[in-house]
Amino acid sequence: MHKTPLLDQLESGPWPSFIKDLKRVAGRKKSAADLLGVLERSYKDKITHWKHGGIVGVLGYGSGIIGRYIDLPEEFPGVEHFHTVRVNQPAGWFYTTQALRELCEIWDEHGSSILNVHGSTGDMIFLGTTTDQLEPCFAKLTAKGWDLGGSGSAMRTPSCCVGKARCEWSCYDTMDLCYQTTQHFQFDMHRPSFPYKFKVKCSGCPNDCVASVARADMSVIGVWKDDIRIDQAAVAAYQGGEIKPRGGGSPYAKLDVKADVTDLCPTACMSFDGKKLSIDNKNCNHCMHCISLMPQALRPGTETGATLLLGSHAPILEGAQMSWVIVPFMEMEAPYDEFMELVGNIHEWWSENGKNRERVGELMLRLGMRAFLKGVGLEPVPQSVKTPRANPFFFWHAEDFEAEAAGRKYIK
Amino acid sequence: MAERITDIGPPKFDKFLPPVIKDNYGKWKYHEILEPGVLVHVAESGAKIYSVRGGSGRLVTTDFIKDVCDIADKFCDGYLRFTSRNNVEFLLTDQSKIAGVKDACKKMGIPLGATGHSVSNIVHTQGWVHCHTPAIDASGIVKSVMDDLFEYFGSHKLPAQVRIALACCLNMCGAVHCSDIAILGIHRTPPKVAHEKLRHLCEIPTTIASCPTGAIRPHPDKSIKSVVINDERCMYCGNCYTMCPALPVFDAQKGGVALLVGGKVSNSKTPPMFSKLAVPYLPNNPPRWPEVVGAIRKILIKYAEGANKWERVGEWVERIGWEKFFEVCDIPFTFQHIDDYRWAYDTYRTSMHFKF
Repeated sequence: MHKTPLLDQLESGPWPSFIKDLKRVAGRKKSAADLLGVLERSYKDKITHWKHGGIVGVLGYGSGIIGRYIDLPEEFPGVEHFHTVRVNQPAGWFYTTQALRELCEIWDEHGSSILNVHGSTGDMIFLGTTTDQLEPCFAKLTAKGWDLGGSGSAMRTPSCCVGKARCEWSCYDTMDLCYQTTQHFQFDMHRPSFPYKFKVKCSGCPNDCVASVARADMSVIGVWKDDIRIDQAAVAAYQGGEIKPRGGGSPYAKLDVKADVTDLCPTACMSFDGKKLSIDNKNCNHCMHCISLMPQALRPGTETGATLLLGSHAPILEGAQMSWVIVPFMEMEAPYDEFMELVGNIHEWWSENGKNRERVGELMLRLGMRAFLKGVGLEPVPQSVKTPRANPFFFWHAEDFEAEAAGRKYIK
Repeated sequence: MAERITDIGPPKFDKFLPPVIKDNYGKWKYHEILEPGVLVHVAESGAKIYSVRGGSGRLVTTDFIKDVCDIADKFCDGYLRFTSRNNVEFLLTDQSKIAGVKDACKKMGIPLGATGHSVSNIVHTQGWVHCHTPAIDASGIVKSVMDDLFEYFGSHKLPAQVRIALACCLNMCGAVHCSDIAILGIHRTPPKVAHEKLRHLCEIPTTIASCPTGAIRPHPDKSIKSVVINDERCMYCGNCYTMCPALPVFDAQKGGVALLVGGKVSNSKTPPMFSKLAVPYLPNNPPRWPEVVGAIRKILIKYAEGANKWERVGEWVERIGWEKFFEVCDIPFTFQHIDDYRWAYDTYRTSMHFKF
């Protein structure tokens, strides 16, 4: 065991200590002991000691394994090769202890016993093993019904919120869409052939618990079209202080329905006369504020589906983007043919036009929304924009004149 | 070889759902937070599921997983899940067993919380544990910040929920750009070219192609098989280091931490927002990063004091104005705060709506 005086200082304090946890396995795993050693060195040097590189993987797959090497192999031979295995998580991150114990057994045998539960994309990350262990580890995983997630310029592992499994707000079955999408795009997940990464994240309502709007190329966010369901007796109970606001999760004991709910409605589409809550549902922008505050009184409507937004990514290269609306409403019922076809069309348009390492959202900005909409077969809708353009630089194509002559708004 | 299994995808989720979820799938009516870290969801049928939520590290071991499995076996018929913020949730139907789960978690050192108006678990990246381009560690800063903000994890004291995220470099695999408080590792100097090493280790065309801003070109002296970097174009992303280990981007003295604030992803009241730069530089100071911990506490306290009910950090700042935010939090405003990248104009003030 290496001496780790700096890391030892992270063993105290009330929050769970990853150092204490790592030390538990360092006694039986040379790789974990050396990982602590090299981490201590980084704490001293204030730089990383990891190197990217080397194509490693399992036979027939181009993704799912990330190669990693140390720059101090003589001092820390246990982590000379320390590759990552991305194990595709079950939708919603539900497990049985039996399944988790099986995964632990595989990882204890073939790797460092260190893992991330879970990584940013959603996969369970097995952190650190050697090249020769990859194929046997993969064989054990698949024998137990598990598979690898995506990495590199591929379809990435889709992820989702808890959805209908345990949330009353979910406007479609996020876990099923996530699972079906993962199955549908298996080939593209395991054989990177896109210009860059492509992420799909499924949130059941506009609260967006998996942050799909910020970090998915394709963000699927649940929404309803009809009226918010109201239980007026429960509204009165909130006003009377019999039910605590926000499920009891706030510092405020009692709700003032007018001040806390209707006055804060961003569209001013609701009013409360002291007894009855009225909602002008045609003008609701489904922000969820009122529903989140009064979960026993209000629920999303029953005509439900999802909004599709496209294009978000972290700052590289043009600056961070959030996804923007491309389809305001799509019904989301299995087998999701319309959704799968659209995602396929987007992949095709992007693969044909995208430059190496260009995310689909960047390509849309480079070529313009018109090229995108035409390329994937969508119509222009006002929900896509916050405002129409303010400049006079709009141009006309021959097909616009033809459409005009034929009495159409745009090309079909 | 014929027996090799591929492309089966993950197991279908319904294998892992407790019976109460299978029976009431899509038929939940409402939920309550009984106390910090304990939720109950009530179905149309009247059935209930209790979830006991605890904070864990994102970086864990199989020993830890087996320990949480022991708890789930003892009290939850073997059912549990994890959340999008790396919390563990024990799922049970028998309310009388909640106390047992709570005791077991306490014994194991798993704090309960992350519900309602709390500071939930920090989502983060790998840092020095496994990444090749980080400016900072991830798990160590997260541990230090959560130790300090511990009282807010297991309580509902804040005006709204506060989501903190950490990315150890600007590539942001943690996608921290929409968090109430984002901790970002920053490099502040271009890679140093090790000409002698580069000659042996790197392919010059792929190295040049790896630069997203086109800042790398072949060395003008053709006898030197290496590259030069246009410092003014470099944004310190480290992509070239990925291709070429002779171009280290990290600098032990100059690297550090920036804080961005005011982002969110929910649509509640206001649209999703990006986090914006609050503190451009804090020193990289392991093992406890006291400057970072202190700066985050100060922002959080000022927010808790100043925000209206239900206001997220970004909503509070927008209401009082950024100039007031810097004043209240006592953060000096610098050249770095003014955007001069691609969409800078979007951030310039074109109105008289400001405060002195």
